[in-house]
Amino acid sequence: MLAVVAPLVIITVVLREASTENTILEALREEYSRVHQSGVDHGKHEILQQDFTNPHLITAACLSCHTERGKEVLGNAHWNWEREAFIPGKGVTYLGKKSLINNFCTGIASNEGTCNRCHIGYGWKDKSFDFTNEYNIDCLVCHDNTGTYEKARGGAGYPVMGPAGPDFRKIVANVGRPTRTNCGYCHFHGGGGNNVKHGDLEMALLTADRTIDVHMGVDGMNLQCVDCHPAENHQMLGRYYGVSSSNTQRATCEQCHTSVPHTINKLNEHTVKVACQTCHIPVYAKVNATKMSWDWSTATRRKEGLPYQELDSLGNELFTSIKGDFTWQRMVKPEYVWHNGTADHHLCMEKIDLNDLPLRINTLFGEYRDRGSKIYPTKVHRGNQPYDTEYLTIIQPKLWDAEPGKGALWIDLNWEEALIRGMEYADLPYSGKHDFIPTEMFLPVNHMVSLASEALDCKDCHTRENGRLANLTDFYMPGRDYNAGIDTFGQLLILLSLLGVIMHGSVRFIIHRKAKVNPNT
Amino acid sequence: MENTKKVYVYKGFERFWHWTQAFLIMFLALTGFEIHSSYSLFGFDVAVDLHNKAAWAFIVLIVFAIFWHITTGEWKQYLPTTQNLRAQAEFYIFGIFRNAPHPTKKTLISKLNPLQRLVYLGLKILIIPVMVVSGLFYMFYRYPHSGVIKSANIESLEIIALLHTLGAFLLIAFLVVHLYLITTGHTVTSNLKAMITGWEELEEEAEPEEKAEAKENP
Repeated sequence: MLAVVAPLVIITVVLREASTENTILEALREEYSRVHQSGVDHGKHEILQQDFTNPHLITAACLSCHTERGKEVLGNAHWNWEREAFIPGKGVTYLGKKSLINNFCTGIASNEGTCNRCHIGYGWKDKSFDFTNEYNIDCLVCHDNTGTYEKARGGAGYPVMGPAGPDFRKIVANVGRPTRTNCGYCHFHGGGGNNVKHGDLEMALLTADRTIDVHMGVDGMNLQCVDCHPAENHQMLGRYYGVSSSNTQRATCEQCHTSVPHTINKLNEHTVKVACQTCHIPVYAKVNATKMSWDWSTATRRKEGLPYQELDSLGNELFTSIKGDFTWQRMVKPEYVWHNGTADHHLCMEKIDLNDLPLRINTLFGEYRDRGSKIYPTKVHRGNQPYDTEYLTIIQPKLWDAEPGKGALWIDLNWEEALIRGMEYADLPYSGKHDFIPTEMFLPVNHMVSLASEALDCKDCHTRENGRLANLTDFYMPGRDYNAGIDTFGQLLILLSLLGVIMHGSVRFIIHRKAKVNPNT
Repeated sequence: MENTKKVYVYKGFERFWHWTQAFLIMFLALTGFEIHSSYSLFGFDVAVDLHNKAAWAFIVLIVFAIFWHITTGEWKQYLPTTQNLRAQAEFYIFGIFRNAPHPTKKTLISKLNPLQRLVYLGLKILIIPVMVVSGLFYMFYRYPHSGVIKSANIESLEIIALLHTLGAFLLIAFLVVHLYLITTGHTVTSNLKAMITGWEELEEEAEPEEKAEAKENP
C-alpha cells in the first residue's frame, strides 16, 4: 500500500499549480485605458486663427509659443535621417536614410524630390537643404490630429497649398499628440506603397482588431504608436535596423511587460535567449501582402514599345516597367536570426565580395554564444540590385525627376543614363559597366503581435524536422537536436538487452518444460 | 530443497524507496524521451513540466535514501567483491539452465550477489549522480553563462544534454535486464514477492556461514 500511495502523495504535492493571475497585465490594462486629455485647445490661440498660405509660417507660429521645440527637432533622427553610432570595423559613423542604401529603391540620393516627401521638413529636394533652419520643420505631419494633412507628391516634403490643399485653419486648431494616422502616414508606406517595406506596419492597423494587433486593435487597448515609442524632447524611443546600428534607445516589449511576463516559469526562462516577438508574432502581413522580393534587372522592359504593368488577383504589382519584378506574400512566417541590438550596413562605396552572395545590405549582429543576443523574427527582403562590375560597388540610380530628359529611370526608362546620373549626384565613381546582383535585407518584425492564444507552441521549435528555428544551428535545442551516435548506441543497447533476456528466458522456459515432461532427464 | 525460513529481508522504507524509484525512473524515461522527440504522448510542455516535477521528487527521494543507507549501515551491501563474481556470471550463463543452485547465498547481511553489488554500485555512484547533476544543469543553467547558476562557465547545453540522454539509455537497458532478473530467484516469483511484502524464504543454515565470511571480507 505504502509503496503505491507514497509516490502519489509526493507527486500530488509537487504538482500543485501556482496562481495563474497575471497582475502585470492587469496593471497595464488599467494604466493604458486612461484616455489622454490635452491641456490646451489650440483653436483658441489667436496666432493660429489665420489663413496660412506658406507652411513655413505655420512652423513659425508653432515656435512662437513652443520656443525650444525647434532646437530639439533639429537634433533628432527624424530630422537628420542619420545617427551617430559605433560599428565594429567602421568606427564611429553617421549613418541613416540620408546616406545608406536599402533593398527597395536603393537610396534617396538624387531622388529627394519624391523620397523626402516623408521627411519631417519642407523642401529637402537636394543637397542644398538647410538642416539648421527651424522654420524648415514640418510640425503638422506628426501633430495634425484631423487626419487630413497631406504632403504633395514629388514636393520634397511640402504640402499641397492653395484650394486643392488641406484646410490648414482646421488642422492648426486640432494639433496634438501624434496618432497612428500621423506615424503611419510615412511608416506604413515605406518602400513606395502600403506595407511594401515592413510587412508589420500598414494601413490596416488604423482599423484592425485585436486578432491583427493585440495592442493597437480598436476593440482592445487601441494603443497609439507613441504609447510604446514615447518621446522626450522629441527624441523618440525605437530602432529600425535598416538604418540603425546601436543597441540604445530601443523600444522594447520589456519596458511594459518586464522580462518575466509569464505565469509559467518555463516560458520566462526562455526570455534570456528568445525575444518576445519570436513567439508572439507567429506571422506578419496579416491583412495586406508585403513585398518579399524586388528584381530590378527586368526594369525598363516594355511591351510593344510601351511601359506596362502586371497585377495579381489582389491588385499587388507583379511587374512594372519602371521597377521590375516583385513577389508579395500574406500571412508570412518570419525568418529567425540571433540579434544583439547592433547592426552593420553595406555602404554604397564599399566593395562587394562576389564570393559571399547574396550581398547583405544590412547585417544584424549576434550569435548563440553572445550573452546579449536573442533570437528575433525578421522579414528578409530579397533583391536584385544594379552593381558596378568593375569597381564592385552597388550603384545608386537616379529614379525620379520632375521632368523627362534628366536621366530619371522612372521617366526615361534608360538604365545607363539613370546609373550615370545617380552616381554623378552621389559623387561616386562609376565604370560604366553594370550588372545585377542578389541582395538581402533583414527587417526585424516587431508589430502585429498576436493574441497570447496564438503564440508559437513548444513544438513549433522543439521538433526534429522543419522547426521554426531549423536554420539556427549554432546551439543544442532539446527536442530538435540529438547525437546520432548516442541515439544509435542507446537504441542498440536496449534492443540487445531485450533480445538477450528474451533468448535467455526462452531457453530457461524450454528446459523447464522438458524437465516437467521428462522429470528423470 | 534444504530447510528454509521466512526472513524479513526488505524493510518498509527500503521497499517504499525501491518502488518509488522504480516508478520515477520509468516516468522520467517516459516524459524524457518525449522531450527527446522520440514520440508524442503528453504534449511537449506537459512532458517538460512533469519531467521536472518528477525530477524533484526523485531528488527528495535520493536524499532520504542516502540518509537511510548511512544510518542503517545498509550502504555496506554495495561494497564490491570479486568473491564469487565469476561463479555468479557462470551461473547466469550456464548453471541457471541446469537448475544449478545459486552460487551466492542470500542473507540479511548480504542481500546482493557480487554482480548485483557491482551493477547497483555503478548505478549509485555513476549513472544516478550523472543524471541528477546533468539534470540540474539542464534545469537551471541558461546557456551560455547566464541564468541562475552564474558561477559555472559552460558554453553549451550540448554536452549536458548528451550525457543526460546517454544515461537515460543506460538506465532503460538496466531496467530491461533488471525486470527479467526478477524471475531468476528460487522460484519465478519469489524475488517479486519479497520486494512487495518484505518477506522471503531464505536457506536457514547458510546464514551463520555467510556472516562469518562477510566479516572476513568486508
